[in-house]
Amino acid sequence: MRELSAETVTLALRDLAMAAAWDLEEDISAALAAARERETSSLARDLLGILLENAEIARRERLPICQDTGVGVVFVELGQQVVVRGDLMAAIQEGVRLGYQEGFLRNSVCDPLTRKNTNTNTPAVVHVESVPGDRLRLSFLPKGCGSENMSSLAMLPPSAGVAGIVDFVVDRVVAAGSNPCPPVVVGVGVGGTFEKAACIAKQALLRPVGQRHPRADVAALEAEILARLNHIGQGVQGLGGNNTALAVHLEVYPTHIASLPVAVNIQCHAHRHKACLL
Amino acid sequence: MPDVFDQLRKITLPLDEEVIASLRAGDLVSLSGSLYTGRDQTHRRLCALLDEGKPLPVDLAGQLLYYVGPSPARPGQVVGAAGPTTSYRMDAYTPRLIALGLRATMGKGARAMEVRQAMQAAGAIYLAAIGGAGAFLSGCVKACELVAFADAGPEAMFRFVVEDFPAVVINDAQGRDFYEILREARQS
Repeated sequence: MRELSAETVTLALRDLAMAAAWDLEEDISAALAAARERETSSLARDLLGILLENAEIARRERLPICQDTGVGVVFVELGQQVVVRGDLMAAIQEGVRLGYQEGFLRNSVCDPLTRKNTNTNTPAVVHVESVPGDRLRLSFLPKGCGSENMSSLAMLPPSAGVAGIVDFVVDRVVAAGSNPCPPVVVGVGVGGTFEKAACIAKQALLRPVGQRHPRADVAALEAEILARLNHIGQGVQGLGGNNTALAVHLEVYPTHIASLPVAVNIQCHAHRHKACLL
Repeated sequence: MPDVFDQLRKITLPLDEEVIASLRAGDLVSLSGSLYTGRDQTHRRLCALLDEGKPLPVDLAGQLLYYVGPSPARPGQVVGAAGPTTSYRMDAYTPRLIALGLRATMGKGARAMEVRQAMQAAGAIYLAAIGGAGAFLSGCVKACELVAFADAGPEAMFRFVVEDFPAVVINDAQGRDFYEILREARQS
């Protein structure tokens, strides 16, 4: 067994939270730059240029890429040979709290009924998965809610089939218009149960932007949805052009014979994510 | 600054009547001057004050209200990241504020039909700022002062002085909607 202290987890998460807010990862920066290259609208090209400049300013000045520094979503892959000395879940929340405080990030978490801000940006939403090995992997996805609010889930009848999946995803992204800050990254979860579909839709966002699913039929479905979205012409900020979405990531999970859950988790162009291995 | 933005029409805030009347859906503008900010909680509280027959902390007549909840400023900074939040969440409150004389709002995303009708009736406009460009837009904010609702944290109401703040006119005072114009052009 390999031991890790709770404090190690806290400090790692603190650093991930700060870095995620102001240091846009290479995958999404490259996707934005590639979108600018193929963009057909001159206004959209200039807007993409501003988004790239925005990322540069953020990195240089340690200023958040977007003022909505999100609700923290933490994915933990806990190796079965790892023992965390102390309270893992408390250590994660403390890391998020410290990151938001020390990084001058916005506290955006509130009680759902009273709407009173917790002033710490906690609690984060935490998903823990037990995996083989003696390492602990932390992924931090600060989720802005302009895009999160545009997400949705349908329990389709199996007769809807693949065509029904494509139509639902396209319909949701088109209906979202400029609200989620396009060009978006679309996470899609197909199968499982009500909550499993939503969870894998979010996990799909952790995949490097544009990396295709290893299953050929799933990859083809991703390409089909992406092509349809970009053909519609909503474009950057909803102001027209051929870059409504940068990528579609679709994950599947076996489901009930009666069921076809489809979850669409929309992510803005400010697709902030960081991970580390302890 | 990229090419298209060299041709922005420079506009001074608060907006004057002639400027409002001359703006058209789709115009790219660059704003300089003072504006007020507010998002969900500020709107909720402004309307609660109206319900109670109490005065508002500021006179909104003739003003522009920018939907933003900035991130905290580091020591020595004017403001943190300061890009727009999604506007539809304010739709439930906006007609009431327009009735008080509010002349412009700015955020991102489309507005409800009731808001568009209220704007057209009052000759008010709605602008979209660049969503997700909070660090870039922070540099256009030259002063920031707390106006009201301090306990709402990032949702408090501030007064900004902005300089060369870029935006797109979405709804003009004549009732045109730029998102709708673009959608119709795509479908035809």
